[in-house]
Amino acid sequence: MTDFFSRIGRSTLGVLARIGRGCLFLWHALVGLPGLILRPGLVVAQIYSIGVLSLIIIVVSGTFVGAVLALQGYNTLVNFGAQDSLGVLVALSLLRELGPVVTALLFAGRAGSALTAEIGLMKTTEQLSSMEMMAVDPMRRVIAPRLLAGFISMPLLAAIFSFLGIMGAYVVGVGALGLDEGPFWGQMQSAVDFRDDVMNGVIKSLVFGFVASWIAVYEGYDAEPTAEGVSRATTRTVVHTSLAVLGLDFVLTALMFG
Amino acid sequence: MNMARSVEIWVGLFVAAGFAALLGLAMQVSNIPLFQTVDGYDVHLRFNNIGGLRERAPVTMSGVQVGRVKSIELDPRSFDAVVTVTIRRDFNEIPEDTGASIYTSGLLGEQYIALDPGGLDFYLEDGDEITLTQSALVLERLIGRFLTSMGDGGDDD
Repeated sequence: MTDFFSRIGRSTLGVLARIGRGCLFLWHALVGLPGLILRPGLVVAQIYSIGVLSLIIIVVSGTFVGAVLALQGYNTLVNFGAQDSLGVLVALSLLRELGPVVTALLFAGRAGSALTAEIGLMKTTEQLSSMEMMAVDPMRRVIAPRLLAGFISMPLLAAIFSFLGIMGAYVVGVGALGLDEGPFWGQMQSAVDFRDDVMNGVIKSLVFGFVASWIAVYEGYDAEPTAEGVSRATTRTVVHTSLAVLGLDFVLTALMFG
Repeated sequence: MNMARSVEIWVGLFVAAGFAALLGLAMQVSNIPLFQTVDGYDVHLRFNNIGGLRERAPVTMSGVQVGRVKSIELDPRSFDAVVTVTIRRDFNEIPEDTGASIYTSGLLGEQYIALDPGGLDFYLEDGDEITLTQSALVLERLIGRFLTSMGDGGDDD
């Protein structure tokens, strides 16, 4: 019986300790951010591997998510004779929800896992400790640029995703299904508000970008320095980021539109 | 060096594409009020009931949009709804005795204001008030009136 409670206690303390280490880690990384002004090249290189290399999956999935949304939405809306509202349906669902959320999930799979594996492997092969031996702070040299690059890339990727999604919906709706171009854009423009819809989507993607890159670099830095430990950390990054993004999305939606 | 340069170019393209997408969303998808300061004059309309009219709803004349609803307020004395609309400068010869009604576009669409031109030679100017208005049709009231008239009809027989 005591075994049972001690196990609960141990795992609770373990979770709390991880959260505490994560917050301390974030603090150290944030302290390292101002130093990056002197070395912008580090951030640019990371934006390349996090942002630019994620472009293909974002472009393809954005276009197809928009196109599928248009096809599905049309089939339902046409029953009510409201197919002119297809543009509104697609634009609002992409800007408010699908753009930020799907981009964050893809980001976790494409960039987050790579970040964790890279940093975890650096730790396993003792590159991080050898940096410390050379009086180079790995927080400033390795962690901070990756955190900042993720933070910058995510909203840009989400904006590209939403924009291409709407274009995909336009191609399917106006091109293939034969809707009229006027109401498609006109109704969209009168229903979508810049501050309420576009900016709230951008705020969401900023939050998701911050959380996703934080989890990714932390899991890598905290990984057990073995091959198995790195693989576990990579899995944890994807799972935890997805859960955190979906949970935060509910909270943010309740705050913004509730 | 060459490698680093191509990385920089790609990052530059990526950031530019991101901002271009954001700009595209702002301009094409939502028409931001920032860039839409309508050059026009304000006219106040008094309604008994505005139904579901909202700010930024279109103001039309013969079906053509001539302006937008700027603000909606309640007159604390007469309990009338005072709707301020901005009418585009090009339409500066709207007669003073023009009437206004609130209609719904389509069966379940947005509500908008339709202006019915009058015949006077004096034109509306900034700050003028239109009192010749017809309120929005509220479905519940309509049904209520219909039911009462049915009841009355039943008594007569």
